[in-house]
Amino acid sequence: MVKAVAGRAMEPVLQVENINKHFGAVHALRNASLAVWPGEVVALIGDNGAGKSTLVNVLTGVLRPDSGTMIFAGERVSFSSPQEARAAGIETVYQDLAIAPHLDAVANIFLGRELTMPGLAGHLGFLDNGKMRRETEEQLTRLRVRIPKLGRRLVTLSGGQRQGVAVARAVMWASKIVFMDEPTAALGVAQTEMVLDLIREVRNTGIPVVFISHNMPNVFEVADRIVVLRLGEVVAELDPRTASIDDAVLAMTGARRRDARGEGAVVG
Amino acid sequence: MASTQTPVAPSLEAEPKPTLGQRLSNAFTLLILLAIVIIFTLLQRTTFLSIGNLNNVLIDTSQLLLLTIGVTFVIITAGIDLSISSILILSAVVAAKVMIQFSGTPEQVAAYSFPNQAMAIPIGLALGVLTGIVCGLVNGLLVTRLNMPSFIVTLGTLGVFLGIAQLLTGGTTVAGVPPAIQQDIGLRDLFPWPLFGADFRLIPPMIIAFVLTVAAAVLLNFTRFGRYTYAIGSNMAAARRVGIDVNRHLLKVYALSGFFAGVAGTFDLMRFGTASVGSHQSDNLAAISAAVIGGTSLFGGLGTIGGSVIGAFIPATLRNGLVISGVPAFWQNVAVGVVLILAVYIDQRRRSAEERM
Repeated sequence: MVKAVAGRAMEPVLQVENINKHFGAVHALRNASLAVWPGEVVALIGDNGAGKSTLVNVLTGVLRPDSGTMIFAGERVSFSSPQEARAAGIETVYQDLAIAPHLDAVANIFLGRELTMPGLAGHLGFLDNGKMRRETEEQLTRLRVRIPKLGRRLVTLSGGQRQGVAVARAVMWASKIVFMDEPTAALGVAQTEMVLDLIREVRNTGIPVVFISHNMPNVFEVADRIVVLRLGEVVAELDPRTASIDDAVLAMTGARRRDARGEGAVVG
Repeated sequence: MASTQTPVAPSLEAEPKPTLGQRLSNAFTLLILLAIVIIFTLLQRTTFLSIGNLNNVLIDTSQLLLLTIGVTFVIITAGIDLSISSILILSAVVAAKVMIQFSGTPEQVAAYSFPNQAMAIPIGLALGVLTGIVCGLVNGLLVTRLNMPSFIVTLGTLGVFLGIAQLLTGGTTVAGVPPAIQQDIGLRDLFPWPLFGADFRLIPPMIIAFVLTVAAAVLLNFTRFGRYTYAIGSNMAAARRVGIDVNRHLLKVYALSGFFAGVAGTFDLMRFGTASVGSHQSDNLAAISAAVIGGTSLFGGLGTIGGSVIGAFIPATLRNGLVISGVPAFWQNVAVGVVLILAVYIDQRRRSAEERM
């Protein structure tokens, strides 16, 4: 609670209002609104087709909304590409592990942002592997991720370690906010715990994390706030400390909100 | 509570050990090459291991080596370039035609006098190499702009480039190339000292192949270009997501393959003084086999220049050893085929072992 109250005293990092998005006849987002404050973990939940991924894709520049306003770091923005969103400090971790498995952790973390040697060698494209490695080590230490051998190709690591690298990459470059689309969907129990720990570590650095998950126990374990989407609308906002999993499921499936037991259920 | 600090480092499982297949594959090719050398040495000690003979193997391999290095880049991106043999032929034909054109009037050339050859030869070599680059760019543009599989595109251009070479020559060997390209440049011994005996010759094609191979290794291992080459072959979608201009990079990779094939084409003129449309037609498969034998995976993301060098030396070493031993050289085809199948089998085993982890 302390965290959330302290958070509300500040400006939200990201505030979107009345976002609409159509795919042909399908109204995928209906006046969706969302605000994210520094240092909080927000879980986006909803049934299949509720618009969670569409919302994240709009917020990360993958999709352009049909209407709505987006205020990011105090300024009105509209991203026309994921690159623009990344340049603004927004990073995304995808469910399907957007890593290059034949490269090592350092190469993956710096992929597309390689550091080159100073001077002429740099202009010729020579990589400064030593510097990239040192910065990776610092980052992984800060996040408490231990990768056995940084020089090993990711294909030889476990799924959790690979997702750890993907999260570390996002966090290393995200100066403002991190989105995660089902970051634990492909992982086992122990590996999922590791990613949840990582989410907390990221939040503790002050950078908010917005994550999509179907796994209710995970959501209630790590989220500071739960936003429920149904048929493209934000229908409820739950406090995981007071609401129950039943409340969340009821909100997702569209049972009348009044029926939801527990005072934690807040009409969105 | 969600906000509780977690002082414990996230738990990680024990790191998996490299599998048998993995360890095998890394040393496999080198072992095969060593085995070939040892067998032929035991059979024909004095001849096979002689300086002169090893020198011949080096010279014979320099051309296939270039094709192999170029196509290695393409295969690492999970693509294929079947057209390199036709690019080689077309580049050689263009270089030969240009040399003849600029050397003198048709009458002078017919009389075997080449007054302008000092200018014509460098222009011919340059345009030959340029032809290779242009052919590679055509491949790259078709693959990236039309979004076509590289197998189909380069199967098509394999025919197109060869056809153009045949049209330019009427299907015959180009005659009337100034002999200086062979006598004064291609076969000039740049190592006149008797350190390795009189049999050792260091000719320009060897030096060019060596320099380009080293440059390719540096490019692949130490530069952003090499990093993107592996990344695209490993996971093209991930490369796109991090903002790598994948199409632009692939265009460069196909152009590079064309460049290497173009340089290999000029070797024909340097060594034999002619450009023949009849030979080299299966060099594409030989180069791809060499790259794959050397550990480059047709699925992309894996491959080294060192492996390709060893892979390129296996066919020439085999042929040379068989000829010296009096065995019909046709056995070379059988042996290389068997080695290729073994190499790919081991690569597949390794892949499935890795994916199970």
